[in-house]
Amino acid sequence: MQLTINGKFRDFQESSLSVAELVNVLTLTGKRIAIELNGEIVPRSQFETIQLMDGDKLEIVGAVGGG
Amino acid sequence: MSDLLKIADKTYRSRLLVGTGKYKDFTETRAAIDASGAEIITVAIRRTNIGQTVGEPSLLDYLPPEEFTYLPNTAGCYSADDAVRTLRLARELLDGHKLVKLEVLGDPNTLYPNMTETLAAAKTLVKDGFDVMVYCSDDPIIAKQLEEIGCCAVMPLASLIGSGMGILNPWNLQIIIENAKIPVLVDAGVGTASDAAIAMELGCQGVLMNTAIAAAKHPVLMAGAMKKAVEAGREAYLAGRMPRKLYSASPSSPTTGLIA
Repeated sequence: MQLTINGKFRDFQESSLSVAELVNVLTLTGKRIAIELNGEIVPRSQFETIQLMDGDKLEIVGAVGGG
Repeated sequence: MSDLLKIADKTYRSRLLVGTGKYKDFTETRAAIDASGAEIITVAIRRTNIGQTVGEPSLLDYLPPEEFTYLPNTAGCYSADDAVRTLRLARELLDGHKLVKLEVLGDPNTLYPNMTETLAAAKTLVKDGFDVMVYCSDDPIIAKQLEEIGCCAVMPLASLIGSGMGILNPWNLQIIIENAKIPVLVDAGVGTASDAAIAMELGCQGVLMNTAIAAAKHPVLMAGAMKKAVEAGREAYLAGRMPRKLYSASPSSPTTGLIA
């Protein structure tokens, strides 16, 4: 399936992924991140249960230095 | 004497708030922030670098959220919608943290705030339960409107973001301070320690800065200078300055008992 992550298309061999599985595939497990799926926040508590679908758009963000 | 800064029901000893951007590396960031004595530090929310993050240290490793009060900002947002989305992500990122810095920019050259969009975003965020510290123009009417919306602090600019031009309109700042029932902090434009002291002498509750420290030749030294300037300015404000007497000099020594 194809997902748009942070504005870029990415292809995945898996036909179905949970948000938690995606985080693992992207080697972001354990990092402090927040995720928006199609414009809605995904609470961390729902990473395991929410299944991604072909065409989904995700934003994955973290905190960086800023003023 | 206990003289604490109170923002949204929480108190702070330090009246200097600092940004975490533009430093050489995280070690310097941490050293400067320690020297500044700041308890509230701003951070930006940005897309994670996918694929380049394994083992890479992050800002949070150097500045643990347990040690500081994080103030996530909306720097780089040009619409109310983007700012609200950014801060909802920040709240999730920081485990439900409510204190945020709202800024909606209007122009990439001047980074001047777009107050129409800022007002709209502030309304949404306050309704959504955020404690909103808001970056704004130094317009007393706008500042009052932001207070009425329910923002917990207004933060007018002293001059343009990152310009180091200092306090260009102390008169407007003074009007904002006199009219406000919520803390007024100067945010943006401070260039050196005397600028911070002047802001505090005007009666600001605090000063927020980033570039003035990070872009100094010796950031850690400047951070210490800013800490002292904010403290000195605050004490001078509380002490109450003597009146200005333009044409009447007054000697400090006795006028009698002089030798023949």
